[in-house]
Amino acid sequence: MYGNDFSAPENTPGGGLLGEVEAAEAALREAATRQRGAAGPDADLEAYFADVIDADQKIEPRDWMPEAYRKTLIRQIAQHAHSEIIGMQPEGNWISRAPSLKRKAILLAKVQDEAGHGLYLYAAAETLGISRDELVQLLLDGRQKYSSIFNYPTLTWADVGAIGWLVDGAAIVNQVPLCRCSYGPYARAMIRVCKEESFHQRQGYEILHTLAHGTPAQKAMAQDAIDRWWYPSLAMFGPPDGDSTHSAQSMAWKIKRFSNDELRQRFVDMCVQQAEILGLTLPDPDLRWNDDRQAYDYTQPDYDELMRVIKGNGPCNRQRMEHRRRAHAEGAWVREAAAAYAAKHTSREKVAA
Amino acid sequence: MSTERAPLWEVFVRPRRGLAHTHVGSLHAPDAELALRNARDLYTRRQEGVSIWVVPAGAITASSPDEKDAFFDPAADKVYRHPTFYEVPDGVAHL
Amino acid sequence: MKNTFALALALGDDALIAAQRLGEWASRAPEMEEDIALANIALDQLGAARLLLTYAGELEGAGRDEDALAYLRDDREFTNCLLVELPNGDFAVTMAKLLLLSAYQLPLYTALAGCADERLAAIGAKARKESAYHLDHAALWVRRLGDGTDESHRRMQAAVDEVWPYAQELFRPWPGAPVDPATLRADFDGRVDAVLAEATLTRPADGWAPAGGRDGLHTEHLSFLLAEMQVLHRAHPGAKW
Repeated sequence: MYGNDFSAPENTPGGGLLGEVEAAEAALREAATRQRGAAGPDADLEAYFADVIDADQKIEPRDWMPEAYRKTLIRQIAQHAHSEIIGMQPEGNWISRAPSLKRKAILLAKVQDEAGHGLYLYAAAETLGISRDELVQLLLDGRQKYSSIFNYPTLTWADVGAIGWLVDGAAIVNQVPLCRCSYGPYARAMIRVCKEESFHQRQGYEILHTLAHGTPAQKAMAQDAIDRWWYPSLAMFGPPDGDSTHSAQSMAWKIKRFSNDELRQRFVDMCVQQAEILGLTLPDPDLRWNDDRQAYDYTQPDYDELMRVIKGNGPCNRQRMEHRRRAHAEGAWVREAAAAYAAKHTSREKVAA
Repeated sequence: MSTERAPLWEVFVRPRRGLAHTHVGSLHAPDAELALRNARDLYTRRQEGVSIWVVPAGAITASSPDEKDAFFDPAADKVYRHPTFYEVPDGVAHL
Repeated sequence: MKNTFALALALGDDALIAAQRLGEWASRAPEMEEDIALANIALDQLGAARLLLTYAGELEGAGRDEDALAYLRDDREFTNCLLVELPNGDFAVTMAKLLLLSAYQLPLYTALAGCADERLAAIGAKARKESAYHLDHAALWVRRLGDGTDESHRRMQAAVDEVWPYAQELFRPWPGAPVDPATLRADFDGRVDAVLAEATLTRPADGWAPAGGRDGLHTEHLSFLLAEMQVLHRAHPGAKW
C-alpha cells in the first residue's frame, strides 16, 4: 500500500509537490539507516535484493539485481533522458521570439535546465552499465523512444505557457513518485530534477495567467493553447492500466509506485482548480466532480492517436529527430577535435583546496 | 571517429564553506579542464557550490580559489531559476 | 550625460544582440554539455543587456524601459558593433566571435567598474566577472579547435580570418565617454594574441575595417535578426507579457 506516498500537500514540509520531493528525500535518508532482515549480500543474492526492496531501501549500482530489473531501468531512464533532450526543441522554438527580455531569460534558463536534466539522467542510466554514446545512438536510430508529447508543435507563445503548466505539470506528477524509486541513482537524479522542475511549472502557469488577464487576443491565444495541449498532456501518463505492458512488474520492484490511471486522475484533479483561477476552460464538456469517487470524471484522451504518435506519425516526429541528428552530425568534428587535443596534451592537473 | 568516448568524470561540490565536498553526479569530458567547466555549468547553475572537484579514475582536479569569482558569482542574480521567484496567485494549490 | 547614455545603449545593444545569437544555439550545440555552457553565456549577456538598457532608458528620460528599447527600435537605431550581429556560422565562427567579444568586454567592463558613474561602475563590476568566464570558455575552445584535428584547425583559422576585421570597429576612439574604448586595444591584443599562439593559429593582419554599427549602419543581417526577435512583441502593441 503506497497511498502514504501522497500525503496531503498541507501536511508535507514545504507544501505541494515540492514538499513531496523533500519528503521523498527525507525518506531516502531515513530508510538508509533502517534494519533489514537477516539476508546479507554474501548469502542468497536474490533474497538480499528482495530484502532491500522490501525495506524501501535503495539498490545501488554495484548491487546484484535481476537482469530484467536492469533492463527495465535502462529503458525507462533512457527514455526519460531522451525526452528531456528532445523536449528542448518545442520550447527552444520560442527563445528568439520571446515577447519580453525577462521572458526570454526565463525561457533560455528553462531550456538549459532540460539539457541539464537529460545529462543527470544519462549519468544515472550509465551506472547500469550502458554508455551515453550507446544510448544516444539508440535514440538517433529510432530504437528508443522519447515522450510523445514533444511531437506536437508550439504554434504560439501561449504554447510555452501551456507546456510549462500542463506538460511539466503532468511530468512532475509522474516524476515525484520516482523520487522514491528503488534504484538509488535514479531516485537521486529525480529528486534533483523535480526540485528544478517546480520552477518550470510555475513559469508556465505565470505566462498563462498573464495572458489570461491581458488583451482579448492574448486570452484567446492562451485558451487555444490549452485546447490543443490538454488531451496530449493526459496521454503522457500512458495507456490505460488494462493495456499497460510494463506496469505490474515495475510496481513490484518499486520502480513505479502508482498506475497510469491513478496518476492521470491526480493530474486532472489538480488542474481543474488551477484552470478556474486562470479563468480558462479545460476542453472537456464532461469534466465534473464525482462525489462518490471524490474525484473528477473526465474524458479519456484518444489512445489511438497516442499510438500513432508513438509509432512515429505525430505532427513533428520527423522534424524532431532530424533536428537531433543534424546537431549530432554537425558537432562531430568538434568532438573529434576535443578528443584529439586531449590526447595531445596530457592534462595539467591543478591541485587545489 | 567521433564515437570514441570522452571519459567519465565524477563531480564533487562543496555546497558552502565549512562543508565537505559531496558527490553530485557525473559527466563526460575529453579532459580535466573541460570536465571542470562542464561541471560548473551543469551542477552549480543555482549557486549550489563554492568549489568543485572532478575525478577521473583516481586523480582529483579541483577549481582553484583564484577562479572562484568568475566561477560562481554569475549565478547569484539568476533568481528566476528558483521557484519562489514566481508569483502564484492566491488560492492556487499543487503548483 | 549624452555620452553616458550613448555608451550604455551601445554596450546594451552589443550584449543583447550577442545573447540573441547565442540563444540560437539552444538544442544545436556539438555536445549537450556545450548546450548548457552556451546558454549560460547567453544568459549572462542578456542579463547585462537588461541592466544597461534599463539604465540607458532612465538616462534618456523619455519613459522607455528595457523592452521598449529592445523591441520597438528599428535596425538603424541600434548601435551595437557589427561583430555581434554576424551569423553564428559553425561552432568555430561562434567561438571566434566570442573570443573577440569577451576580450573586448572584459577590459571595458573592468574600466567601467572604476568609472565615475556609479550605476555603470556597478554594472561593470558585475559583468566583468562574467566576461572573464566567457573569455576563458572561448579560449578553451579556440585552443582545442586550433590544436585539435586538421579539419578543426582549418575551420578555426578560417573563422578567425572571417571575423577578425570586425574587431577594429570596437576600438574606435570615443572621447568624452565614461571609458574610451580606444584605450583598451593593447589589453585586447595581449589576450587574443596569447590565445591564438597557444592554439597554433595565425593572427590575421589588420586591413579591411568594416564599421558603422555605432552609428546605426549595420550589415544586412541585423534587420532579419530584429524581425524575428521583435515580431511577437510588436504584434500586440501595449500588451503585458
